[in-house]
Amino acid sequence: MATNLPSFTAVDPGLYRRRKVTNAVGLVLSSVSMALGLIGLLWILWTLAYNGLSALSWDFFTKSTPAPGSEGGGMANAILGSLMIVGFAAVVSTPIGILAGVYLSEFGRSSRFAQATRFVVDIMLSAPSIVIGLFVFAIAVATVGHFSGWAGSLALSLIAIPVVVRTTENMLNLVPGSLREAAFALGAPRWKVSVSVTLRAVKGGVVTGVLLAIARMIGETAPLLFTALNNQFFSTDMAQPMANLPVVIFNFAMSPYEDWQKLAWGGAFLIALVVLAINIAARVLFRDKVQA
Amino acid sequence: MNDFSLKVGTAGAMQKAAARSEGDAAGRAGQPAVDPAVRVRNLDFYYGKFQGLKKVSLDIARHKVTAFIGPSGCGKSTLLRVFNRMYDLYPGQRAEGELLFNGRNVLAKDQDVNLLRAKIGMVFQKPTPFPMTIYENIAFGVRLYESLNGRDMDERVEWSLRKAALWDEVKDKLQQSGLSLSGGQQQRLCIARTVAVKPEVVLLDEPTSALDPISTAKVEELVNELKAEYTIAIVTHNMQQAARISDYTAYMYLGELVEFGDTNQIFIKPTKKATEDYITGRFG
Repeated sequence: MATNLPSFTAVDPGLYRRRKVTNAVGLVLSSVSMALGLIGLLWILWTLAYNGLSALSWDFFTKSTPAPGSEGGGMANAILGSLMIVGFAAVVSTPIGILAGVYLSEFGRSSRFAQATRFVVDIMLSAPSIVIGLFVFAIAVATVGHFSGWAGSLALSLIAIPVVVRTTENMLNLVPGSLREAAFALGAPRWKVSVSVTLRAVKGGVVTGVLLAIARMIGETAPLLFTALNNQFFSTDMAQPMANLPVVIFNFAMSPYEDWQKLAWGGAFLIALVVLAINIAARVLFRDKVQA
Repeated sequence: MNDFSLKVGTAGAMQKAAARSEGDAAGRAGQPAVDPAVRVRNLDFYYGKFQGLKKVSLDIARHKVTAFIGPSGCGKSTLLRVFNRMYDLYPGQRAEGELLFNGRNVLAKDQDVNLLRAKIGMVFQKPTPFPMTIYENIAFGVRLYESLNGRDMDERVEWSLRKAALWDEVKDKLQQSGLSLSGGQQQRLCIARTVAVKPEVVLLDEPTSALDPISTAKVEELVNELKAEYTIAIVTHNMQQAARISDYTAYMYLGELVEFGDTNQIFIKPTKKATEDYITGRFG
């Protein structure tokens, strides 16, 4: 039976050596690449902390952006603006994204319409954000005649929706068919199976997708430049131009005033911290879900 | 506890064997004639172009256990999945012929498959608790078809957990996740969940192949008790299991029903050479 199995004496020493060398080269190359990536990230974080940490003061969080020439001031209006614009965008894009993801995974599957939707979502995922900004400018700013917080939320939603759709669908595809069948076997209709069983089984993964979409929105600048624009004053009116962190950072960083540049560093550091925190939260949530 | 159930299991099997040896004339004739719960007539099944079942005809006797044995790919699971039209979930799969349940051909296009599945329940090979509490796992199916108040639902949950011999183990942790139970407990939870909907027929698709011997013994004992109220069809890879728990056995090969009859007759005096070869291990 086992006569044609190779014995150890049949091992070709040259082949074996070559394999070990290939392994060593591969290991070195991938380690160096990993180190380069990590160094880049740490460098960014360190530069942000070095320049931005000192800008984070009580005034930073309580005072609005300073007028040209005036001393002091903070980012209060931009922080609130960002929270509102991103908040509304999240409220809009989460249900749309999850429902579309459920449709693709549970209902549409490989139908022509689902395939087309998937294709469009993929294009949206990789569309440059400035294009989305210009699109919203054309339909929600130019038509109304002025910039507004709502237009900013709309632009950010268009960026977040495809992210949520894709993660939701991918998560649902991980649900074993046996779980779905078990629910169907009790006589449950498809929508009930989707909502009560499969979506519930991947709750953690879907929440992770939403968090990552929010993290993505917080840092987007280009779509807001053409939509929410900026507002020097503290404002909660979403129908008017609205201050927000990315645009204020953009403006202040380009300004000739040193204290404005300082505020921009502070804002950049704050955004980086929030995005980092959201990503860590998403990882923790997802890890817990996988273990359960 | 475990030791005890094992003994009970053995005793039960012995009693049943004794009862069986008294003879069941109808069964020995090949087809159990007494009031079948499900009649299968000339059933063909296709996975796309591949024919998975060929002209299968048999009766599933009411309040009896019917076992399906045969090598992998012989069509026994396929047949079970026709009973509750599970195949409907997958485009490209179709069945032709008749499957009469309460006098009605449930393969008809206008058959409401959800109602059918509530009447013909199914337990799968791998335990599949839903990602919710033990209580909710059972209430889920019941709520689909009945609106019970809180107390009635509590009673139903307890009733079905007792039926599945799981109540004593979980009565203090009904609000814990169904996923926190052991594999054997999860499988009994799935049986309780199926029974809770009060179906007429319970389909078991290799229900013990992922379980340890002690859990297997518990599930087998359970099958034996459940048949008083339910009609049971079980697919198994384990021939000893088929011999232990079933009243009738069907041997299938390559999509065809080779031999079907009283379990004692199939295992002691099979009429077909193919069946004998499979059962004695000369083939399979």
